[in-house]
Amino acid sequence: MAYSATADEHHDEHHDGPAPGLMRWVTTTNHKDLGTLYLWFSLIMFFVGGSMALVIRAELFQPGLSLVQPEFFNQMTTMHALIMIFGAVMPAFVGLANWLLPMMIGAPDMALPRVNNWGFWILPFAFTLLLSTLFMPGGAPASGWTMYPPLVLQTGEAFPFLILSIHLMGISSIMGAINIVATILNMRAPGMDLMKMPLFVWSWLITAYLLIAVMPVLAGAVTMLLTDKYFGTAFFTAAGGGDPVLFQHIFWFFGHPEVYILILPAFGIVSHIIPAFCRKPLFGKASMVYAMAAIAFLSFIVWAHHMFTVGMPLAAALFFMFATMLIAVPTGVKIFNWLATMWRSAMTFETPMLFALGFVFMFTIGGLSGLMLAIVPADFQYHDSYFVVAHFHYVLVPGSVFAIMAGVYFWLPKWTGVMYNETLGKLHFWLTTIFVNLTFFPMHFIGLAGMPRRIPDYALQFTTFNQMATIGAIGFGLSQLIFLYIVIQSARRAGEKASDRVWEGTEGLEFELSSPPAYHTFTTPPTVR
Amino acid sequence: MSDEHRQQEARSRGNLRMAGKLSVLVVVMFGFGYALVPLYDVFCEITGIGPGTVDLVAAEEQEWVADESRTVTVEFTASLNQRMPWEFRAETRTMEVHPGESHVMTYYARNLREQDMIGQAIPSVSPARAAAHLHKLECFCFVEQLFEAGQGRYMPVRFVVDPDLPEHVDRVTLAYTFFDATPAGMHAPVDVDTASTR
Repeated sequence: MAYSATADEHHDEHHDGPAPGLMRWVTTTNHKDLGTLYLWFSLIMFFVGGSMALVIRAELFQPGLSLVQPEFFNQMTTMHALIMIFGAVMPAFVGLANWLLPMMIGAPDMALPRVNNWGFWILPFAFTLLLSTLFMPGGAPASGWTMYPPLVLQTGEAFPFLILSIHLMGISSIMGAINIVATILNMRAPGMDLMKMPLFVWSWLITAYLLIAVMPVLAGAVTMLLTDKYFGTAFFTAAGGGDPVLFQHIFWFFGHPEVYILILPAFGIVSHIIPAFCRKPLFGKASMVYAMAAIAFLSFIVWAHHMFTVGMPLAAALFFMFATMLIAVPTGVKIFNWLATMWRSAMTFETPMLFALGFVFMFTIGGLSGLMLAIVPADFQYHDSYFVVAHFHYVLVPGSVFAIMAGVYFWLPKWTGVMYNETLGKLHFWLTTIFVNLTFFPMHFIGLAGMPRRIPDYALQFTTFNQMATIGAIGFGLSQLIFLYIVIQSARRAGEKASDRVWEGTEGLEFELSSPPAYHTFTTPPTVR
Repeated sequence: MSDEHRQQEARSRGNLRMAGKLSVLVVVMFGFGYALVPLYDVFCEITGIGPGTVDLVAAEEQEWVADESRTVTVEFTASLNQRMPWEFRAETRTMEVHPGESHVMTYYARNLREQDMIGQAIPSVSPARAAAHLHKLECFCFVEQLFEAGQGRYMPVRFVVDPDLPEHVDRVTLAYTFFDATPAGMHAPVDVDTASTR
């Protein structure tokens, strides 16, 4: 034992840099390397999923069938959602967690570095399986990402590939989540008690528990689909005594916590950025933590608001309606805390702050349309219309995606050691903001007027608003090339040298490290005051 | 130095223990997904909606007192699941009945395929609150139906709407969907794509 101990020390002291060559990325267990891999993977998937969105929008530029067949249109809506949710947003958050959690809590690395490596490298295989279905007879899955039976059971040869790729994504997320919980609970530097933890760490602790609780339920639901199709079970087949509505209940028991998995880390990110550019501490930090915990708890008891129209007892509809509306209270607490942080502060508007402010403003729009959808009698009109599309895109694009971009701009100089191009960053923000609203705001109106989602054709009177949305989508897509350019320039270390604190008002252990940080940081734990 | 190393080892043991505990939670939640299946049936039974209330056995014959003062319209619909190659229709679209009287109507089904098939019809009643008051005394849905290749037949349904039907319900729909219940081994599988383009 004593011998191996000295060997280990030796090893640590003399290998402070990464191994050279491509195999570095395959075999790495370093949290910074894996964070980088996750973020690049997410960016690639963001462009893949985005191109599919452009196919959808191009088809909808004119009424009638103009570019693609309806079957292919449905494949695009399905794949766009699966790729954006499981391939772009979730890996981006895990990538940020990998980069930041150990540096924020003063740990040398993640708790389970090999699990971390495995968790990432499952993803390329999962998405290869999923994307390969585009070239199969019968095409890719076209049932919508919610995979409702019996429709999803009509998927052709793609079906088992869809199910197995979702199993792989689930395994990857669960491994990432277990690793994050173990890191946060076991690896904190001495003196870093739970309430001293930065909010991004808190947001990920809660998110990781949500992932551990609901990803297995999704795995169970898709396994039931698989056995219904190939092994003669009848969970969802009416002829065998099953019920397709049961799938919706199980799916949304996963699905609603999932939407908070997609937003809680975003809350964490903007809670770092707003105080930094307001140059004062976050207002009501403890209430932020309790609000996130309350949102996480409520997310388990509101799932049926996704399926009011399948029919349920009045008492159940009322329960799910009121429970859903209750979520507005902790969410409101968070919004008001961010506003109170800005109140009478010396704000400056660098790119990360612009994205964070855009987040607060536009996420609130998405939250309010969510409240409208929670109202049972109104939901019967809104259900499966473009209003729903407008709602969840407002919380996911100027919500989650803006927060991710804000986070990348905020910490990129820390990671690379160079400042990105601020002029281009601001241009990216303004173009993105204008086009994102041009894309999604008209969808509220065409949805209220009755245009259904997931249909490649529409009534003539919706043409103008659809054309606005399509132009917005193309502009949004092209604007992201600016982001790609900025990130590549930073990765090539082109730019002014960044200071260790990067921004004037930053707080936190990660800003006490050099920019860029050494390959191994906090090998001896820091002291937390 | 060895002190620090011991600390590190204790920490990595702690990490593994934590990962172990969380993995148990993962397995439990996977099981919970499956536990939702029986829970759902219990929930449906308590609330009286969903498949738990679909009765595939004949209702008990009772002496209901016909309520001649009330007339209820009963509608009949027929549909086929997915691409089932059958013809299926209700011979009567609607019927005016008094609660408490038993009536007979007829469905017609025909197997269009050149192979024997077994079908299972699943009934559904709407509005949901009328479901408990429409009793099927005789129905082709109580057993699986074997249809030889190309065979068609008329099938009676004897039913009664009981007088406890809530006051404000004056229209009840009885819908049947035929599902393909042919066992996989009964004959060679038919290529679904050629079947549907025919």
